Amino acid sequence: MTSLATPVESHVQAHPDNRSFIQKYIFSTDHKIIGIQFLLMSLLFLTVGGMLAMIIRWQLGYPNKPLPGGTVLPETMAPGGVILPEFYTSAVTMHGTIMVFFAIMPLLVGVFGNFLIPLKIGAPDMAFPRINMASFWVAVPAGILMIAGFFVEGGHASAGWTSYAPLSADPEYTGVTAGQRIWCVSLIVLGLSSILGSMNYITTVINMRAPGMTWFRLPLSIWALFITSILVLLAIPILSGAVIMLLFDDVLGTHFFLPAQGGQPLLWQHLFWFFGHPEVYILILPAMGFVSDILSNGARKPIFGYHSMVYALIAIGFLGWIVWGHHMFQSGMNPTLGTSFMISTMLIAVPSAIKVFNWLGTLWGGKIRFHVPMMHALAFVSMFVIGGLSGVFMASTPVDIYIHDTYFIVAHLHYVLFGGSLFAIFGAVTFWYPKMFGRMMNPTLGKIHFVLTFVFYNLVFFPMHQLGLQGHMRRIYDPTIYDFLKPLGGLNRFITISAFLLFASQLLFAYNFIVSWFRGKKAPANPWEDTGLEWTTPSPPPHGNWPATPHVHQPPYEFNSPHVKESDFLPQTQSLDAIPGRSSAGAAH
Amino acid sequence: MNPLSWMLPPSASTFAGDIDRLYYLILIITGIAFVVVQVGLVWFLIKYRDRPGRTVHYTHGSVKAEVIWTAVPTVTVVIIGLLSGRVWNQIKGRESVPENALPISILAKQFEWHVTYPGPDGVTGGSDDFTIRNQLHVPVGRAVVMSMTAEDVIHAFNVPAFRLKQDVVPGMTIRAWFQATEPGTYELGCAELCGLGHYRMRAVVTVHAQDEYDQWMRTARQTTAQR
Repeated sequence: MTSLATPVESHVQAHPDNRSFIQKYIFSTDHKIIGIQFLLMSLLFLTVGGMLAMIIRWQLGYPNKPLPGGTVLPETMAPGGVILPEFYTSAVTMHGTIMVFFAIMPLLVGVFGNFLIPLKIGAPDMAFPRINMASFWVAVPAGILMIAGFFVEGGHASAGWTSYAPLSADPEYTGVTAGQRIWCVSLIVLGLSSILGSMNYITTVINMRAPGMTWFRLPLSIWALFITSILVLLAIPILSGAVIMLLFDDVLGTHFFLPAQGGQPLLWQHLFWFFGHPEVYILILPAMGFVSDILSNGARKPIFGYHSMVYALIAIGFLGWIVWGHHMFQSGMNPTLGTSFMISTMLIAVPSAIKVFNWLGTLWGGKIRFHVPMMHALAFVSMFVIGGLSGVFMASTPVDIYIHDTYFIVAHLHYVLFGGSLFAIFGAVTFWYPKMFGRMMNPTLGKIHFVLTFVFYNLVFFPMHQLGLQGHMRRIYDPTIYDFLKPLGGLNRFITISAFLLFASQLLFAYNFIVSWFRGKKAPANPWEDTGLEWTTPSPPPHGNWPATPHVHQPPYEFNSPHVKESDFLPQTQSLDAIPGRSSAGAAH
Repeated sequence: MNPLSWMLPPSASTFAGDIDRLYYLILIITGIAFVVVQVGLVWFLIKYRDRPGRTVHYTHGSVKAEVIWTAVPTVTVVIIGLLSGRVWNQIKGRESVPENALPISILAKQFEWHVTYPGPDGVTGGSDDFTIRNQLHVPVGRAVVMSMTAEDVIHAFNVPAFRLKQDVVPGMTIRAWFQATEPGTYELGCAELCGLGHYRMRAVVTVHAQDEYDQWMRTARQTTAQR
């Protein structure tokens, strides 16, 4: 072991807590509280995003019929409960915006970056606890602003979550003035929160690893969050810059993207996707990390090909920067450039495939425990495979001519973001809930929720492939306008009903989450018999995390190690010298 | 039509066959990968489930396995990429437009398609051109090249039956071509979100037999000249 981390003997350790309620739970600098704050906020936004999805699905399944309960919506959105086209395009725009920026991204990075990094590397807190607090309290006004956009005159932004110019750059084209500007300002503010958070995560991982926590002893969840944080730090400023230019076009009369005065509509797309494709990996890499941790725990086996898994994460992190043009194959961009982007896109399938095969390798020869987090992690693998394979179709430039901007794309992106990211989030929340709240979630409710979600999820999104193959366009308010889409009405209704049942199934999760917080069984320190550092401290951990800095002696996933016979797992903090009659020589991998 | 089919709907242009063949090739390859991985996953879950007496095969991985499952996907996607590149150049490459293609101009605006046909001089841009809204008439068996631009925001020319989709961008003139193979009527729908009326930005494409097309062209020139 030549690459030992600089030993950090921390002075901030667990100590009696005499902070006031506000210091402890509201303006807290404790990474665990900030993680929980992000969790509550992003679950709230996940609910809002889900409700918008229901509005979209209702209109597609039952065009121009009054939405049940839709009469509560104002006349400007849905007079008599019938959804207006302008509200529909707003709902489509805000469903994407909220899910990407305010639900999935903070759930993966804001919640678990905060909660897990110090606990898994053996640090008492983040490198910059006050900046960490600021990153949450900057995200709050961004969220309030984004919600406020629904209530302004002209309605919320309606140019799609991708906000393609010129549609987004001049209110003349959408009739939306304030909503689009609010959208821009909110994302700029939220970007600041992401930048503050990611620099904190990067610094913490580099500087605050406990003695013995070498780079190649880091759990894959931390590797994934580390690579993701680098992507966030590099990608978000591009988005902020582009959005500022968009706002200038709209408000100050510049013409970056408006062609009549010499601007370039495609420039927006290049800037947006130069951010947007790394963003796609920001939304999946942490999920891959959490799933790796959970799968190894559930299989009671070390992760298969740990080093390949790390290199695959790094490869995706690099390749993710040179594939953005695949969103623009049909945009009018030079077709030769399309071929280059096709090749890089095809290649990024390889590290993704490596990860899938290594997950299968982890299960192979294991002794699999089907706890609730494990079920979600397994669903992740299965669904991510579908999302990955459907990506090959659109990576092929000629096939993309046909399926671009159809429901095939909608199916693909939801297999990655819901089937992938969100199942991983359910897995991670159920796995680390005992550590966060000191109580266990109800496993029976958890299993019912998993089964219902898995079934209805597939009933909603799998048939969307077929809608797309028949040519069903995205983001259209009323498919019955087209003769060739009329035969798909039944399928659209089936998807809508399944979507409502999928949404209803989430109430079980909400109930389990809230009730377990107060009434759940008290959680032991290590309920899943895991090897990670976070399980060596009480649930929930005290302020400062450990009474004394932990020392790391083992790789991250030593389940069923031949070096121990007393139990089937070897915690990272366990020195083999401490076990009578054993030597640490055999533990060097 | 079975709405749950993985088959593509009928096509009506010369290059549609190439696109459809690539689609089916990818469908077969990804279908095999899908079955192998999902069946393998379920098989492992059953075989290696926790039950009394099961012992774990403790391992950190296998270099041989890593090499195999890195190499096989790499070779597969590179082959798909090479095949795709060739077809892509034939459809969208800058040099791909067939000679003697019939020129037509298209102006997209919220939320309609303005199709400009050449006058007797056979080229667009002259004073003898005429424009019809939301109707595209073309002869069967002859390549048609469209010069497309937009007046306001980005739209997308999309005729699923021709397997042709091309964004239409304000400030740019983009050329796209197709050659219809079956007379009949087809639907053209905007595929890029262009505002609240995006969903109804629809036009009808009529593919005529050559003599029928000539007849239509004569009538259309007369009626538009009278206006």
